[in-house]
Amino acid sequence: MLRWLKLTYLWLVYLLLYLPIGVLVVFSFNASKNPYSWGGFSWHWYARLWENEALIGAAVNSLLLAVSAASATTLIGTLTAIALQRYRFRGKRVLNGMLFVVMMSPDIVLAISLLALFILLGIQLGFVSLLLAHITFCLPFVVVTVYSRLSGFNPQILEAARDLGASELRTILSVLLPIIFPAVMAGWLLGFTLSLDDVVVSMFVTGPTFEVLPLRIYSMVRLGLKPEVNALAAVLLALSLVALLGSQILLLRKKGVPI
Amino acid sequence: MTLRTPFKTAVLVLIWGWMLLFVLVPNLLVIATSFLSRDDVHFVRWDLTLGNYLRLFAPDYVAVFVHSGYMALVTTLLCLLIGYPFAYVVSRFRATLKPYLVFLVIVPFWTNSLVRTYAMKLLLSTNGLINQALLWLGWIDAPLRMLYTEGAVIAGLVYVLLPFMILPLYAIFEQLRADLLEASADLGAGGWQTFRRVVLPLTMPGIIAGCLLVLLPAIGMFYVADVLGGAKNLLIGNVIKNQFLDARDWPFGAAASLLLTLAMGILLYAYYLSVKLIRRPETHAALA
Repeated sequence: MLRWLKLTYLWLVYLLLYLPIGVLVVFSFNASKNPYSWGGFSWHWYARLWENEALIGAAVNSLLLAVSAASATTLIGTLTAIALQRYRFRGKRVLNGMLFVVMMSPDIVLAISLLALFILLGIQLGFVSLLLAHITFCLPFVVVTVYSRLSGFNPQILEAARDLGASELRTILSVLLPIIFPAVMAGWLLGFTLSLDDVVVSMFVTGPTFEVLPLRIYSMVRLGLKPEVNALAAVLLALSLVALLGSQILLLRKKGVPI
Repeated sequence: MTLRTPFKTAVLVLIWGWMLLFVLVPNLLVIATSFLSRDDVHFVRWDLTLGNYLRLFAPDYVAVFVHSGYMALVTTLLCLLIGYPFAYVVSRFRATLKPYLVFLVIVPFWTNSLVRTYAMKLLLSTNGLINQALLWLGWIDAPLRMLYTEGAVIAGLVYVLLPFMILPLYAIFEQLRADLLEASADLGAGGWQTFRRVVLPLTMPGIIAGCLLVLLPAIGMFYVADVLGGAKNLLIGNVIKNQFLDARDWPFGAAASLLLTLAMGILLYAYYLSVKLIRRPETHAALA
């Protein structure tokens, strides 16, 4: 009886999590113009999506931004995680604290502070400002992902490399990096997703020259329901699913528990 | 390792430089802005004032802040009520199935939250699936007006933020050792007593972490309120956004943002204190 109750509860919560997305995906194949009634299967909205040049342009911009931001964040974040794990230095706790605060800060607080900085420095709002902002809010997440992997292996391997005459840089490149590589890739995928997902920070630091997808979607869904958005949402869903599966495979290869 | 290598120096300069330029300086700028006066041309004018903070206490804004705080609190409580038993049930599942069950929670977590908010709009609208189902069942005669209400905003926030509650709770339930529950039962505690005196205190760090991860974004996610709430159900995030992007009153927006930061600081400090309290040696011994 209790077991039956538990299972029912489990499925109810999953239903809650998946019903809205499920309905969205199903209706992206709806032939009818009415977004609420089913009019048969069709690829119509996907075709419309493909013809919408402004939308495709924004999507390309977003992908470019997400790839750049994820790559730069992964580089800086991995180096930071290595420094935090391997070195003793002054202000380490302060740095840890700052990363934690960035992770917990509401996006909007980060967004306006960066906007103020960019205006003061005279940085034109567009790709560069978006990139700098996205790197900043993705950074703690990459550091945490890589750091947890770094604390999980035997440090004697590194000492062995040192004893065999490897320099610090050599040790890191040839021994440490291969070991933590799955976590580095998982960090990249997380950064990619966070960047592609962001509405709040982008809305503040974007400029008229560089339109990104989430903001385009935002202006589309704010006022009404548009069936094209369903198709777009389904595509984005598939994309995050691929990214997530990739990261899970990378992280699960050695350890048994997902992030 | 206290050795000095060019590599170490380079990395430290990079990360410290980044954090100072893109975290510390911008936040100082916001603090400074909140004490200045607005200017239509240059955003701010060098007239020191406390007026922005005083304006935060105008009845209109206080009403918005209270309402926003109320919606965020209800969201957090609902997430906790739904997520706590759920995380428990998942953590007691067969070890081979657990990764898949957790994976199913992470998928929505990785899915674009704007897209999920839009999905909620599709469900809640007057001709949406929920109304259609209720009409079909004969439970209602006319469609309910669910969109653009307080309830819609709360539903949207719960839907978007639920995974943030479940994941830390699951992590803490994974650490909860079954023999502690058995020991409690052996010593004669009933189900409720074991829950209140063993399970609840030991899972408290997860509860607090989950509540923070839900509460903080729930105050700021202006787009959820925009898409689902209409003009009457604003979050503090909407106020800040309007001041910066529409009204162009940066100093007042900065003051509102600092209020939000202050609330966040208090919550984080409470979290820090509670973790410290829970990690006292005697509690630690029980966990280890």
